[in-house]
Amino acid sequence: MPLYYDDDQTMLAETAQAFMAEEGAIAKQLRHWRDRDCKDGFGHALWKQFAEMGFTGMLVGEDDGGLGMGHVEAGIVLENIGRNLTPSPFLASSVLAVTALKHGSDDLRGRWLPGLIEGESIYTVAIDEGAKHRPDTIKTKAEKSGNGFKLTGQKDFVLHGASSDMMVVAARTSGSDDDADGITLFAVPKDAANMSHDAVRLVDSSMATHTKFDGVELDGDAVIGEVDGGREVLNAMLMAGRVGAAAEGVGVASGAMDMTVEYLKQRKQFGKLIGEFQALQHRAAHLYSEVEIARAVTIKAAQLLDGGSEKADLMASVAKAKVAKAAGLAVKEGVQMHGGIGMTDEYDIGLYMKRDRALQEFLGDQYYHAGRVAEMSGY
Amino acid sequence: MSDLEAFRAQTREWLEANCPPEMRKPVRDEDDVYWGGRNATFKNDAQKAWFETCRDKGYTVPEWPKEYGGAGLSPAEGKILRQEMSRIGARPPLSSFGIWMLGPALLHFGTEGQKKRFLNEVARGEIRWCQGYSEPGSGSDLVSMQTFGEDKGDHWVVNGQKIWTSYADEADWIFCLVRTDKQNKYQGITFMLFDMAGEGVSTKPIKLISGNSPFCETFFDDVRVPKSYGEDCPGYVGEINRGWDVAKYLLGHEREMISGAGGGDRTAAIGAAMKRNAGELDPVLRAELAQFDVDALAYTAMGEKFLDELKVGKAHPAQPNMMKYAGTELNKRRHELMMAAGGSRALEWESEDTGGGKPSRNWLRTKANSIEGGTSEVMLNVISKRILDLPGA
Repeated sequence: MPLYYDDDQTMLAETAQAFMAEEGAIAKQLRHWRDRDCKDGFGHALWKQFAEMGFTGMLVGEDDGGLGMGHVEAGIVLENIGRNLTPSPFLASSVLAVTALKHGSDDLRGRWLPGLIEGESIYTVAIDEGAKHRPDTIKTKAEKSGNGFKLTGQKDFVLHGASSDMMVVAARTSGSDDDADGITLFAVPKDAANMSHDAVRLVDSSMATHTKFDGVELDGDAVIGEVDGGREVLNAMLMAGRVGAAAEGVGVASGAMDMTVEYLKQRKQFGKLIGEFQALQHRAAHLYSEVEIARAVTIKAAQLLDGGSEKADLMASVAKAKVAKAAGLAVKEGVQMHGGIGMTDEYDIGLYMKRDRALQEFLGDQYYHAGRVAEMSGY
Repeated sequence: MSDLEAFRAQTREWLEANCPPEMRKPVRDEDDVYWGGRNATFKNDAQKAWFETCRDKGYTVPEWPKEYGGAGLSPAEGKILRQEMSRIGARPPLSSFGIWMLGPALLHFGTEGQKKRFLNEVARGEIRWCQGYSEPGSGSDLVSMQTFGEDKGDHWVVNGQKIWTSYADEADWIFCLVRTDKQNKYQGITFMLFDMAGEGVSTKPIKLISGNSPFCETFFDDVRVPKSYGEDCPGYVGEINRGWDVAKYLLGHEREMISGAGGGDRTAAIGAAMKRNAGELDPVLRAELAQFDVDALAYTAMGEKFLDELKVGKAHPAQPNMMKYAGTELNKRRHELMMAAGGSRALEWESEDTGGGKPSRNWLRTKANSIEGGTSEVMLNVISKRILDLPGA
């Protein structure tokens, strides 16, 4: 398979680009909701539009009423989300939660997927415990209780947790904290008793929660996949989420870079366009090179994931780490090259820096993933 | 099974049957590379067998048309062959500037007669070419070159000097930029082809900091270059005085070649091998290796994407400059880390255990990567101007 978009993907890219630039634009969404102190951190009307575009259920199989597309396609949508800093539950709902639900029973899929596809419902995933992404350790417990389970523990960095109709929770049903086995995934509905959210606004204006489970009673049919066999599903979710986050990061990086390169062509100092200075040209050219490489490895990882390759896990980490480096460089150079106005809230470049920071942290930062690359390579 | 899947199966089978086990080991250095040419010698029987088998099947240049010595593979088939060769670690059967540089220039600009003669010679490994570009006073500013060909009707008389001519002392022919109009800077250069065995050509190897001499100074003292080698076979490529167009086109291929975009050792991850050699890695070195491996594996994907896009005309025409910049900077970093992981053993300059100082000599050699074929700084200038469209660049 060649490493560029085929005709259908190119068409999707054109559609997604035009749609997001218009409907998902910074002024229309991110600033709009931020300046109104929106408790969701995104607009529900846009989510409905995502559904009309076919985005919400793009990864859902055709038998379940979705489009049956792959991660390359989801990545195309995410890159445009990143480029426009469009706040939406797409990554958590349509990529992460959908990947989990694909492993669920007919009943579970029937219960949760239609609402998502319609753009009526939004979902999220609860994986992290603590301030850093450490999915190998899961302490949140689900103990047998009658025909179901009782969930106890705390999850952090749950994206728009307080606004979600359902969250996929990774909990321990047997073994000790660091065991690979003994994990079970649950679809926990919004109205579950004894669940509480401490909602916090993050640096990029998105909302997340610290979510407490204080003996949350769950039916046996809330289990996604097999009891004690959730690690495999969790890994599939993580891979999909990391590749998706990488794709969004590519969008953030190229959005910040394009804005900065444009600025170099407009701003005059010392009687010249600052883009004429070689000191800035070389940094911009280096940045271009890094962003191109980040995009290439992200598409590669998505293709491997779609092809079911055993290399997908490694390349997902490579992509997440490389994008973090490239996007981090893009936003830092962006603010610096904009000079004083780059520090102002009025100008958009700083919003890219904030979004990048949050995205870097989600599902593992570059240090976590570089370490993972080393481990998977055997050193 | 689709045609491509069938081709992959056939290719896998063919490689299994024909690629000798010795040719599936990583290329360690120059001795493992077969360059062809009039005076070529094989290092061992396996090298000879592998070359001859590939030559007879057109696999020294798989994607060139059959009438020019290739196998006429489509881009998709060519990619499959590369993937399958890389899967078993098969070495290239033949390496040459004829394949990487002159070939693409002739396929694009050459006459039918030139293609039939020169491309077949290259594909069959009969003639080894070198490239005459840089001059002592014209490095990054290549177009200021002075080597001059005086028009004598049916031939030129060439005088001047080239420098950094890779393997000029072992090459049979040279493709060479020669000024044919002193009044016209860009449209006064002709891209000439001539025999290095001719009267008036001499070479002198340049000893580098690595102790090796892959480059030469090349001197032309009243060298007679015919304007024609027979029917439809001019002694120059493209038009007279329009050699700069050919040179620029070819620089793209040179940069692509130096970039290591095709994958292989130049872009592979190294952390695991470093640990095997060094035992325990210092934690900070391990972290640096992990960061390097992220960049190297990501660059490998970039190389694949670049080559795929190149084949179908989707790549930005200036993209080889980006590839060359990123690839050579990566390769330098790679050898810095290999030296660090290798410790004092890697410092040995002549010992048998290090194959005559390979770690340190290879490390030093890589420092030329970001100079030869256009410096990293020139690459960044070109990206600024042609891709980012920055002002005054």
